[in-house]
Amino acid sequence: MHLAYPVVLSALLFCTGLYGVLARRNAILVLMSVELMLNAVNLNLVAFDVWLSKATEETLHSGQALTLFTITIAAAEIGIGLAIVLAVHRNRGTADIDKLRDTAERPERSEKAEASA
Amino acid sequence: MTTTTLAVLVPLLPFLGAAAGLLLGRTAPGFVRPLAVLPTLTAFALAVLVAVRQGGDSPVVASTRLTPTGSVPIDLALYIDGFAALVAVVVGLVATCVQIYSTGYLRDDPRYPSYAALVSLFTSAMLLVVYSGDLMVLLVGWEIMGICSYFLVGHYWETPEARAASLKAFLVTKLGDVPFLIGLFALASDAGSFRITRILDTVTDGGLDHPTLIALLLLAGVAGKSAQFPLHTWLPDAMAGPTPVSALIHAATMVAAGVYFIARLLPVFAASSAALVVLAVMAAVTMAGSALAALAQDDIKRVLAYSTIGQLGYMTGALAVGDRGAAVFHLISHGAFKALLFLAAGVIIHAAGTNSLAAMSRMSNLRARVPDAYWTMTVALLALAAIPPFSGFFSKESVLGAAETAAEGHAEHIPGAAGWTVLVAGLLTALLTAAYAARLWLRTFRGQGDEAPDHGRQPLSMTVVLWVLAIPSLALGGLAYGTLPDWFDGDDLAPTLTTSVLGTGLALTGGLVTYAAWRYTTALARTPLGAVAAHPEADAATVEAEAIASHAPAYGDVASAPDPTDPSRVLLGPLHRHAAVGFHLDAVYETLFVRPVQAGARLVRFLDREVVDTYVRGAGALPRLLGAAVRRAQTGNVQTYVSALLAGTVVLVVAALLVATGA
Amino acid sequence: MSVTATATVALAATHHHPSLAAVETRGFLSPTGVEIAFLLVGLVTFGAAIVTVTTRQLVHAALWLVVALGGLAVEYLLLTAEFIAWVQVLIYVGSVVVLLLFGLMLTRAPIGRSPDADSGNRWAALTVAVAAAAALVWVVVDAFRATWIDLDGPAAGSTKITGESLFQNWVLPFEALSVLLLAALVGAIVLSRKANQEPDERKTPTAATGTTPATGPTLATAPATAPPAADATVPKPAPAPAEEPAPAEEPSPADAPAAPAAAAAPDPSEGGLR
Repeated sequence: MHLAYPVVLSALLFCTGLYGVLARRNAILVLMSVELMLNAVNLNLVAFDVWLSKATEETLHSGQALTLFTITIAAAEIGIGLAIVLAVHRNRGTADIDKLRDTAERPERSEKAEASA
Repeated sequence: MTTTTLAVLVPLLPFLGAAAGLLLGRTAPGFVRPLAVLPTLTAFALAVLVAVRQGGDSPVVASTRLTPTGSVPIDLALYIDGFAALVAVVVGLVATCVQIYSTGYLRDDPRYPSYAALVSLFTSAMLLVVYSGDLMVLLVGWEIMGICSYFLVGHYWETPEARAASLKAFLVTKLGDVPFLIGLFALASDAGSFRITRILDTVTDGGLDHPTLIALLLLAGVAGKSAQFPLHTWLPDAMAGPTPVSALIHAATMVAAGVYFIARLLPVFAASSAALVVLAVMAAVTMAGSALAALAQDDIKRVLAYSTIGQLGYMTGALAVGDRGAAVFHLISHGAFKALLFLAAGVIIHAAGTNSLAAMSRMSNLRARVPDAYWTMTVALLALAAIPPFSGFFSKESVLGAAETAAEGHAEHIPGAAGWTVLVAGLLTALLTAAYAARLWLRTFRGQGDEAPDHGRQPLSMTVVLWVLAIPSLALGGLAYGTLPDWFDGDDLAPTLTTSVLGTGLALTGGLVTYAAWRYTTALARTPLGAVAAHPEADAATVEAEAIASHAPAYGDVASAPDPTDPSRVLLGPLHRHAAVGFHLDAVYETLFVRPVQAGARLVRFLDREVVDTYVRGAGALPRLLGAAVRRAQTGNVQTYVSALLAGTVVLVVAALLVATGA
Repeated sequence: MSVTATATVALAATHHHPSLAAVETRGFLSPTGVEIAFLLVGLVTFGAAIVTVTTRQLVHAALWLVVALGGLAVEYLLLTAEFIAWVQVLIYVGSVVVLLLFGLMLTRAPIGRSPDADSGNRWAALTVAVAAAAALVWVVVDAFRATWIDLDGPAAGSTKITGESLFQNWVLPFEALSVLLLAALVGAIVLSRKANQEPDERKTPTAATGTTPATGPTLATAPATAPPAADATVPKPAPAPAEEPAPAEEPSPADAPAAPAAAAAPDPSEGGLR
């Protein structure tokens, strides 16, 4: 199989996830988009691993091992991330990322603008 | 201990006392008074010991060089001859009296610790000037005195008079110090050393290349420090300081430093006859003008201040005719009786609650309130007026005798014109001095009108020192004129018949004429006049500060009062108006220097605010604009930040790829 | 619109490279069956991902994510990485998506179309994403235009091969990862417990078993889904290995979704959900 198929698919999925991270308002949707990006990376890893294990007789299978690790870490990340989102939601009453503007230049004014919007 | 060690301790002890007083002033108030009095007293005792050991023999010389400084070396050097030893004794005596007196005078003053420390520092600086054998070290003491006088004159800094007076004292003396410094450098470069012994040797060998220039430059500094015309104007205004400070400045330390400096380096001045003539004219103008001004003053302390200027004129006159023995003799006796006059005046101001002679002349029986001050001040005024046998008579006669010798052409290298100038001015001033002394005495103690207020007895610390100082005022001259030549250059200091008769006669004439004028004016209708301090029961320093502050509002001027019963109006006639303001010298300075400087300051201020600042503001505008633009990006939305970050990353990656592929 | 643009770029890229590689014996014009299957499944996966990040219905987004992740599992199978594929199904489709759904519910996400699902940053995000996609696709196609994967022979990612590699060469990172998971477990507990709720600390161990639905922290067991996943890589699945970070837990991955479901119940918002 041509290597370009999985690699191009991986790139497209990654950028789709990227778009979701940048454009989604709900924090949980952002987490989903992060999952998409992680999976795109996994696909890349698997594809290269399969290619290299045949082409160069590589026996470490580092790509697949890393994929397993990534999946594990992604699971931990989603747990921690959801805990954070829920804590924020409990404290602020919202999970919308663009309402969390404590680092803005003038917090009062931006909050007022958000409240009126 | 060797004489050298003792001599080093003399300036060092007051200095250590000052440092300790400044350090402990707040934390240990109980130590302040001992720390003020004891080091000065010890220094006085050591100065006496040094004088006894030196005994008018060959000078005690010691020096150590701390570090090489390049061209002209600077040594820590002592040079104690008879002049230095005796002047140090006077300085120690007056400083001790002032310190003791201050403990009573500033009894309740919250700033007493710093005051006492500064007085100690002042004393230490003067002793350093007296003992120093190196001109640079002398200059250190000279400048420390300048800054100490600034702080001490401004002790009542709540009053605008004191603030202005302290600034004026500092600036005017600095005005003289700049040429003085240049003169010192010129002298050292000509002589190759700052050591006084080396300089005097050079002068003896005729090695000075520019004697007139050096002498005139040094004269400027001396005129500033010793309050000689035309740089004397700071001294009357310095009366805004506390009375003990006035006594210290006038009697022994600051103003004496200039005279003492010339006395030390007299051969340098004598090398230029032009400088001597200038010195003589300066002395003549100073003594005659200040005596006239003293006659017209209303503030008792300003009378004494102008009298100090006049007496300093005698000293510089003696130096102008080349007799430093007479000059230092007069310095010593003047130190004693002028300190006494000021300290007694402080007692009187405290008792009367005012510093105005016009107000005092409307109080009867003031002398019964302050009998100590009455008797001692009488003695001191007689000494000031040079009535025999008080000490002032002998010292002043020695000056007049020296002038007569010079006028007759008996003195070597001294122009006869200088002698005549000093002699004529000195005799005229003797007349005027007796006149203003009599006026001061009559108007203070012979007032008529309401009974003087009774505030009880003055503190013991303030009255005892009066009697201590009264002894030398009374007896020093008669006892010392025979032995002093052994300490000095050996010139005879005994009064000569001609000048004695002339001087005493003129003094008696002045006193009698003033008495007649006073009798005449007291018969006139007396307009009520006078203002006394708001808190006459307070300690002396408070009373004095309030009296100074109330003089200008009550009488329209700090110097004079519109009092028709003043005998000086009769005596001076139309001149009174000008004499009261010091012959408009302040107004001249105002026009010549102050206004141009202020105009220049306004111009600079305008240039700074309107021109320079415009560029600064303009330079700030662009960054401010950029900052405002960048600040808009700080929205707080994390997604915006990440978008910008990733967009930048993509751009960089594409750029890197294009570069890598060579596109 | 963004979807079509991205797709166009992708298609252009895929059309471009085979013509250059036509000299090879294996040409684009004669695709193998695997390639055709990969392409079709890839299209489905990509489409599902697009819908995931663009749909206005939040719950649908999670469901479309299931499709995309499942499609990826199929792609793994096509790449002969069997074990990875099953782990993908178990972890992602089985637990992560369920967690996300619970998260959506606990934050009271609206059911149905929500008009403000996308922030105002959409156009900037689109620009960045398209630019990044163009750059990436350009680079990878340019780099791998003549590279082929040999899928013949024994599977490259069978369970045996993967297990040998993992426990021969990757034991140390594996153990380090278990420590990381423990930290994540503790972190999630700390984050989600309430400061004034004393009994939480005592009841945490029992809550992890899922047997007492009324107690326990909200999401304390969320990372607990991961240790079973790592555990599942061991060929013998049934007994709980001693080195796992949460040995008290039920090892079966199938039960993992039940644990957060039970544990999440006492959240303050539970009344609104049920």
